[in-house]
Amino acid sequence: MSAERPICERAPPPLLRAEGLGKSFGPVEVLKDIALSVRRGKVHAIIGENGAGKSTLMKILAGHLAPTTGTLEIDGAPLTLAGPVDAERRGIVLVHQEILLASDLTVAQNLFLGRELRKGLVLDDRAMNARARRAILDLGVELDPNTVVRNLSIAQRQLVQIARALLVPHRVVIFDEPTASLTPIETEALLKVIGDIRAKGTAVLYISHRLPEVKAIADEVTVLRDGRLVAARPAGELQPADMARLMVGRDVTKLYPARQSVWTQEPVLEVRDFSVPGFVSNASFKLRKGEILGFAGLVGAGRTELMESVVGVRPGHGTVKLDGARVHFANAHDSMRAGIVYLSEDRKGKGLLLGQSLRVNVTLAALQRFTHGLQIDRAQEHAALDASIAAFDIRVPRRRMLAGELSGGNQQKLFLAKMMMLNPRIVIVDEPTRGIDIGTKQQIYSFVVSLTDRGCSVIVISSEMPELIGICDRIVVMRSGCIAGDLSGRLMTEHEIVMMATGATSEEAALVAE
Amino acid sequence: MWRSDAMAEAAASGTSRHRWSIDLDLKAVAPFFALGLVLLVGGLTNPNVIGVGNLLNVLTRSAFIAITAIGATFVISAGGLDLSVGAMMAFVASLMIMFLNSGVIADPAVMLVVAMIIAVAVGAACGLVNGLITTVGRIEPFIATLGTMGIFRGLTTWLSQGGAITLRSPDIQSLYRPAYFGSVLGVPVPIVAIFVAAGIGAFVLYRTRYGRHVIAVGSNEEVARYSGIPVNRVRTVTYVIQGLCVAMAVLLYVPRLGSTSATSGLLWELQAITAVVVGGTALRGGVGRIWGTICGAFILEIVGNIMLLSNFVSEYLIGAIQGAIIIVAMLVQRSLAKRS
Repeated sequence: MSAERPICERAPPPLLRAEGLGKSFGPVEVLKDIALSVRRGKVHAIIGENGAGKSTLMKILAGHLAPTTGTLEIDGAPLTLAGPVDAERRGIVLVHQEILLASDLTVAQNLFLGRELRKGLVLDDRAMNARARRAILDLGVELDPNTVVRNLSIAQRQLVQIARALLVPHRVVIFDEPTASLTPIETEALLKVIGDIRAKGTAVLYISHRLPEVKAIADEVTVLRDGRLVAARPAGELQPADMARLMVGRDVTKLYPARQSVWTQEPVLEVRDFSVPGFVSNASFKLRKGEILGFAGLVGAGRTELMESVVGVRPGHGTVKLDGARVHFANAHDSMRAGIVYLSEDRKGKGLLLGQSLRVNVTLAALQRFTHGLQIDRAQEHAALDASIAAFDIRVPRRRMLAGELSGGNQQKLFLAKMMMLNPRIVIVDEPTRGIDIGTKQQIYSFVVSLTDRGCSVIVISSEMPELIGICDRIVVMRSGCIAGDLSGRLMTEHEIVMMATGATSEEAALVAE
Repeated sequence: MWRSDAMAEAAASGTSRHRWSIDLDLKAVAPFFALGLVLLVGGLTNPNVIGVGNLLNVLTRSAFIAITAIGATFVISAGGLDLSVGAMMAFVASLMIMFLNSGVIADPAVMLVVAMIIAVAVGAACGLVNGLITTVGRIEPFIATLGTMGIFRGLTTWLSQGGAITLRSPDIQSLYRPAYFGSVLGVPVPIVAIFVAAGIGAFVLYRTRYGRHVIAVGSNEEVARYSGIPVNRVRTVTYVIQGLCVAMAVLLYVPRLGSTSATSGLLWELQAITAVVVGGTALRGGVGRIWGTICGAFILEIVGNIMLLSNFVSEYLIGAIQGAIIIVAMLVQRSLAKRS
């Protein structure tokens, strides 16, 4: 660190600088007095809980929002951004957290959307495909540029989106939680890409909830809390635990709740020789009463598809036994009635009605409970929403807001609240903490654990190995559509999981688990 | 800002019953505001427009579209579309008149009741066909109902052999006449019918589980499916409701003219969709406003009426004006959406 200081002192003005930046929506001040200097060839991490204002700040820097107060400078000259296109023209590109791709176009068509290469009047598909293939390869992935985006996994789409952003001549690249839906191996590859970009002299702004990642890649760290800047320090001075404390404002060393295993030998859910065409073949597993069973594996290993098929929202075949009796679920209604709920990893696309109120969302799955005679009892619905807001600590600035206006962590809590209205005995949660800040994660973990105290059995699908190890009694590992094995007790280590998930040798796995 | 103030007040008073009624959604109010504006402009151009007699007359004539549009509100709220309603009306009305002419039942009153039941059943069946083609057959509603529109229209033309189908029995005619021309406590029957249908529609859409499911399916089909909602059944039933509404319009249409032809109900589908959209229902689904729809139907009819009664715009331009209304309504909604 100290070796760098003299260079900094005679360094030219920062590439991008913000001073006294603030943003208000009506009377609500979401960002206040933010200062930021981003330098060439540095990775500057912005961390903070959901709703801390990170996304708002990024949107201002990328020209999507105009600041209410404060100034921006580029190369020391004042900067006013007319919009995202203007920002891109000046070399500031934003890699969005949400997937913004045209699903019916191919990878190459998406990469060049709006900036198609032409030969005279006609599109030069050959050149675009070749360049697309190379751009994707640069990210460490091989992907046919002719693949239609609809057929890609979420992780692959994320990579396409990153490749698309990097095609623009860039000076500042802003990554908004790029690894939220990536597995460790893909994350590794992406961090390498970011390292390459940095080496070329580009400034990188990096938003993430994954603090070890931030520690690994960032040169500078800025911490936001409740729209204010609480710390700006060189990454070398901060450990992940310090970052977490600064973000949350309290000690969060105990991320995973202490728990007594309460499972019994008695299986509640037994799945045998279950296949999902194209995704899973002959999977068998048992969930025991009171158990928290983890499902680990690479993205695309078939975990989501297996669970979706078991609960009846996706076609598949095999034997499912509930309390020893054979059952078949033709749709979600059937499995819900049997006491099984599945919370999709895609909470925006399959979990919540983003355009509807919180009340409508929270009662949707269990609407029968709120119907008396022909009528829905709205007072009872309001009471249930109140109870959920209190029970799940959902931060609701305005009670009448739409579900889509909540931050990611609060959406996840609302989604949990919605499914818990059904009083399930078996809860299957898919990537419950994806894109969620550490404080909320902690709450979700203790909630999941508390479910078993109430006699529920839980299946957790997650790509974050530490969280599976932290809360599960046993972990089933899937690899390319098959169950590779299960791990419990001392064998539940990242090393063992990676070995099973990839089929790699012990040494290779050790490398990745690092 | 007053919106959040109102909310804070409601929260402070602590009564959960008030919370949802205090909030006033600009988009929900806009159609009524527009209706007021249209009446004001109408009254200024020609005072006769806002005379009670004229207004009752206009509302009465809007009944067919208003009632049809209630069904369309369900279909569109669930993310569907039904282009076949005009042709369906002609088809159902033709069958009803042909049955009345068949003379299979001697007693005119019994005959009429049976014919009405048949009309309702045929309407529901036509809707069911539309629903099954779009859900089970998985064909885009636009294409599916474009197809059935052709079929219903073609069958009507074939039944009438290109001419008209006219109710022949004078007994039945005189018995049935009050269903359109009569009145209840001074209010013409068609107007009563509009409000009864809208009342039932609003109750179903806003207060029942089925209505909530319609909105959920229209908002996001996947979320609805993952929430255990029978998406196909909900969708199919919206088309059946549409069929029932068309049948109800037929029950008012037959006593009015006592005759149908290949061109009966022409372009009703466009007027119904216009009424729905002007009323604030989103074409992409997920928002349904029954009373807004009624308001939209009134606006369409009143604008036509103003053009007839005033001299400075040719009534031949009615279609163009109605087309303009739908575009203006969408622009206003868009700007309201941005503001909120």
